[in-house]
This record gives sequence, structure tokens and C-alpha cells, in this order.
Amino acid sequence: MRGPIYSGLGVLYSKEVSDHLRSKRFMIILVLVGIICLSSIYSAGLGIREAINKQSDDFIFLKLFSSSGDFIPSFASFISFLGPLIGLSLGFDAINGERARGTLNRLLAQPIHRDTVIIGKFLAGTSILSIMVLSLGVAVAGLGIIMTGIPPSFEEIGRLTVYLVLTVIYIGIWYAISLMFSLVFRQTATSALAGIALWLFMAVFVGLLAGIIANGLYPVNNNPSIETVLKHESLKQNLSRVSPLVIYNEAVTTILNPGVRTMGLIMSSQLEGAIAGTLPLGQSMLLIWAHFVTMAAMIMTCFAISYIIFMRQEIRAA
Amino acid sequence: MAANYIIEAEGLTKKYDKLVAVDNLNLQIKSGEIYGLLGPNGAGKTTTILMMLGLSEPTAGRVLVDGYNSTTQPIKVKQTTGYLPDNIGFYEDLTGRENLRFIARLNGVPGKYMDERIDSALERVGLLDVGDKAAGTYSRGMRQRLGIADLLVKDPKVVILDEPTLGLDPEGIEYMLQLIRDLSKKDGRTVLISSHLLHQVQRVCDRVGIFVKGRLLASGPIDTLADQVFGKDSYMLELKSDSHGKELFKLINSIPGVLDVTAESDKLVIKSEKDIRRELTVKMFESGFTLLHLRLLERELDDIYRKYFEKKEGLDARPNLQRVRSAVQ
Repeated sequence: MRGPIYSGLGVLYSKEVSDHLRSKRFMIILVLVGIICLSSIYSAGLGIREAINKQSDDFIFLKLFSSSGDFIPSFASFISFLGPLIGLSLGFDAINGERARGTLNRLLAQPIHRDTVIIGKFLAGTSILSIMVLSLGVAVAGLGIIMTGIPPSFEEIGRLTVYLVLTVIYIGIWYAISLMFSLVFRQTATSALAGIALWLFMAVFVGLLAGIIANGLYPVNNNPSIETVLKHESLKQNLSRVSPLVIYNEAVTTILNPGVRTMGLIMSSQLEGAIAGTLPLGQSMLLIWAHFVTMAAMIMTCFAISYIIFMRQEIRAA
Repeated sequence: MAANYIIEAEGLTKKYDKLVAVDNLNLQIKSGEIYGLLGPNGAGKTTTILMMLGLSEPTAGRVLVDGYNSTTQPIKVKQTTGYLPDNIGFYEDLTGRENLRFIARLNGVPGKYMDERIDSALERVGLLDVGDKAAGTYSRGMRQRLGIADLLVKDPKVVILDEPTLGLDPEGIEYMLQLIRDLSKKDGRTVLISSHLLHQVQRVCDRVGIFVKGRLLASGPIDTLADQVFGKDSYMLELKSDSHGKELFKLINSIPGVLDVTAESDKLVIKSEKDIRRELTVKMFESGFTLLHLRLLERELDDIYRKYFEKKEGLDARPNLQRVRSAVQ
């Protein structure tokens, strides 16, 4: 038996995990994501084979993930766009679905604490998406080795690991958001729609809005001073960092391209005298450490809000 | 036998904003009895139950279940209490057996007894042959019985059933009532039933409480409830004849012991000191009246229930019909 405070957590967790694994929804997502990833890696691999002959480059293996083929976007940008869908679809009916089916009050009438339910669901969901992302990443890496014939270096393995962890956190944000929506909205359809709306907003409109606001405050018209341009750009960048997609993309770009040294605008005077070269993993990590923390904070905030709502909510369905 | 009462509510009150759902409820339920909490929809029955289980926090007062305070020791209470919610839901993709196994695990039933216990529970509610079918395919009656199996697997001291017979066919109701009776008489559990379906539930209850608008109007065995409503020494007869003219009134009033005769829609209600049925029928026959309907209004809960609403009419000025309709459903 487990500890008295979280008795039942293990039971609930294993039930949730097996529910996910057995659900048709999970199979559909897995197949969809699998097909998309394999095709993107395949087309990237074809491009790389030609590139290898022309230039000698370090980190060829990472290019498999970050470079796009002729028609198909890169693996990384696919995941950044589709990751939210995975997270949202895993959690949008977590609580309100149970409520609608009438299983919630039966569950809560068992000798478990109320927070055990939400903690169990959260842990199960994050485990499932970790398994999904990690196995996908390993599969893709294996395919890459077969296609290019180049084994990854230690540094590349390190960078790939960081990339996969980032991805788990990123999709975890969306899972936490959908869990929160499943508490705020009583209808499962509403919470699914709200999640999708937020996803599209973050993916498309945040960038546009940030541009509009930055334009209003620091207009960049026909002869702007260098200061205005800098302020404009940094405001725009910071505003658009509200979106998990933007943060994730910045972090992924940095981790998958060792050549990236900074984010945002850079002046040619700053580059003067710089020696062209790549950053070691530790330095790249320093660059994106804030991104890591922000993304983790997003998950925790969403989970904390869900937790509070769930603890205060009345059980009655009516 | 100091702790004679297994469920005790003291001054239990629940307010939602301005609405008082449960108003200063005092309720004692004895160990081993079947208690029926009866009242119309929206009377606050489910709210009361949720507070007993610690799923909802009372605004004031407290409930003790088997000596544990529901608000501060909900886990202890939920260990001793099984709950069958109205509109019970199961995980539809899981089989009946898997649903029960999940509940058994949550309640810490040891693994080696688990299958045995699940099988015996399924057998008792007559679902053994469909135990491996998905719960989503079950009919309403089967779901309700699976709910009882769920309680049997948990094996609690106290069982709380919320509208257990709602939406069942007559056969299903019989089966359900028999199961409920067994829960108490065979297993020695305390059973609390909440329902608005009076005559179904009254057949199995040892004691009932009439619960309206968050208040317990009366509580006790059905017989004494009747006394409370109708007065100890009076009888009420409901009568229908082919003519309700003055002569009939005269005839009835001439029978010794009759206190009062009133016309209620198409029937007459006769209040008397003793049972005058024999005399009445003979006299009516002799005077050439045809007796169409005669009933002793008394020992049936429906009448008690209706009578309570009639009494309440004076208290809150509500249209008569509406109240009776909501009471009778």
C-alpha cells in the first residue's frame, strides 16, 4: 500500500495510463504524428545526402531534424505546430468528461483525496506524452542513421536529448492548458474548441498583434533611427514570447543549430571581430535557460490554476 | 450501545448565495435500519448526501458518520460509506468487471480476494454472465445493478442510495428493492435511500423522513408519521358515489362517530372517530346509492406526503395545484 495521503494515486495513475493507451484517440494521434514525422525526416534525409557531398559540415545529424525538404517542413517545425494538438487532445475532456458521464462523483466517493484525481490525471497525461515524444525521437534518429549512414556525435546526442525534453515540456504546457479548460468548461466540445482557438491564436495571431503594437509604439517608417528599430524589434519579440510556440521555437532553433549565438536583432558592429564557429552545448543551454524556466513555469501555473478550481468546485453536475 | 446512531446530522445547513438548500437539518439514523429520505426534486436531498460524504462543505453544522466528521475526516467516512449516485456513470470502454476491479483497487481490497469478491457481487445482482461486456452496452437497469455490485465490492457499513429506482421498469424496481432489502437485512448494513418515488421506497423503509425545501418536516416509522399527520384517533375515508347530493351528506352525518364530511373535487373525504366502513356501505346500499370508490386514507405514504403539502399551504402562499403536482410527480 502507498502512503496514507496519496492512497489510490497509483491505482488512478495506472488506470489513466491504460485508458490513454487503449483509446482510439491516442492511436489516431500516434499514427498521424508518425506519418508526418517520417515523411519530414525522409525528405530532409534526401536533401542532406546531396548536401554532404558538397560541403563538409559538423552536426549533419542535427540537420535531419531542423532542415526541411523541398515541399515538406522540417521535423522540428512540424512538432512545434502539431505538438499543441497532441497535448490538447489528451486532456480536453479529462474532468468534464468524467462529470458528464457521471463517473466523477462515484470516483470521489471512494476513499481518496480530491487532489489525487487531478494529480493522477496530470501525471498520467505527462507520462503518456513523454513516452510518445521520446519513442518518436528515438525512432526518427534511428531512421536518420540508416538513411545518412552517419552516426551522431556525443554532442549531437546531448543536443537531441535536450531537444526531446524541451518538446515534452512544450506539449506538457498544452496538456496542462487543456486540463484547465476541462475544468473551466462544463461541455467537452466547448473545452476542445477553446483549446484549439487558443492554439491558433498563439500560432498565428500573437505574432501579428505583437507587430501591430510594436508599430504603434515605435513606428518604423521610411527613415527610422537605429534606436527605434531596436526598440521596435525587442518589443515585438518580447510580446510574441507570450506564446509558447514562439518560446519553444527560439529554444529549438538554438539547441538544434549550434551556430545560433543570439536571438533577435544583432548589429554588424557587434559581429565585428567575432570568430565564426559553433557554440558548445553548455553555452547553447545558457542561451535558452530562460526559455526552459518560462515553459516549466507555464505548466506549473496552468496546473496550479486547475488544482485550485478543482478543489473549490462543487461536485454536483446540475 | 452508546453510539446508537450511525449517521448524525446536527444543525446541518448549506447555502448557495442566497438559496438555502439545506436548512438546519437534524437527523439521526440508527445502525442497521433502512431510512428513506423522501421529498420532491430540489428539496436538498442530494446536497445533504454530498455533505454526509464530505464531497460538499456545509455552511454550518456537522455530520458524523460512524463517529467520523464528514468535513474533517472525509477519507474515514468514505471508507465506511458506499454511495450510489443518481444517474450513476461507469467507464464505458471498460467491462463491468473492470469497473468493479478499479473500485476494489481504490478501496485497497487485497489482490487475492479481489476476483472472488467481484464474482460474488456480480452474481448477487445477476450480472455474472455479462460481467465481461463493456459497461457502455448495459441497460439502465443493469447499470443500476452494477452500481449495487460496486457497493458490495466495497463492502461498506453504511450505504447511501440516491434515487435508486428512478427510471427502472416495474420488474427492475422489484429487483432493486429486493437488493436494497438484502443490503440491510442480510448484510446488516445501514441504508439511507433518497427518493421522490414514495410508494416504491416506503415498502422497504423502516423509517422515513419527509424532506421539503431543505427542512425535515417529519421523521419516524410510517405509522407514526400517519399519526402525526392525521391525528391519532381519527380515520379518513375517501369515497366516491354515483351522486354527491345533500342526501348523501345527511346519510353520512347520521352515522355515529362521523366528525366531518368535505367534498374534494369528485370525491368526499370523511373524518371519523372510528372505522365506519361497514356501517357506511350497508346504509348506502339500503338508501340506493352506488358505491364507486372507498379507501382508507392513512397508512400510505403518498397520503401523508400530500397531507404535509396541504398543511404547508397555509405557511407559504403558493398555488395549491402546483405544490401537489410537484409532490406527486
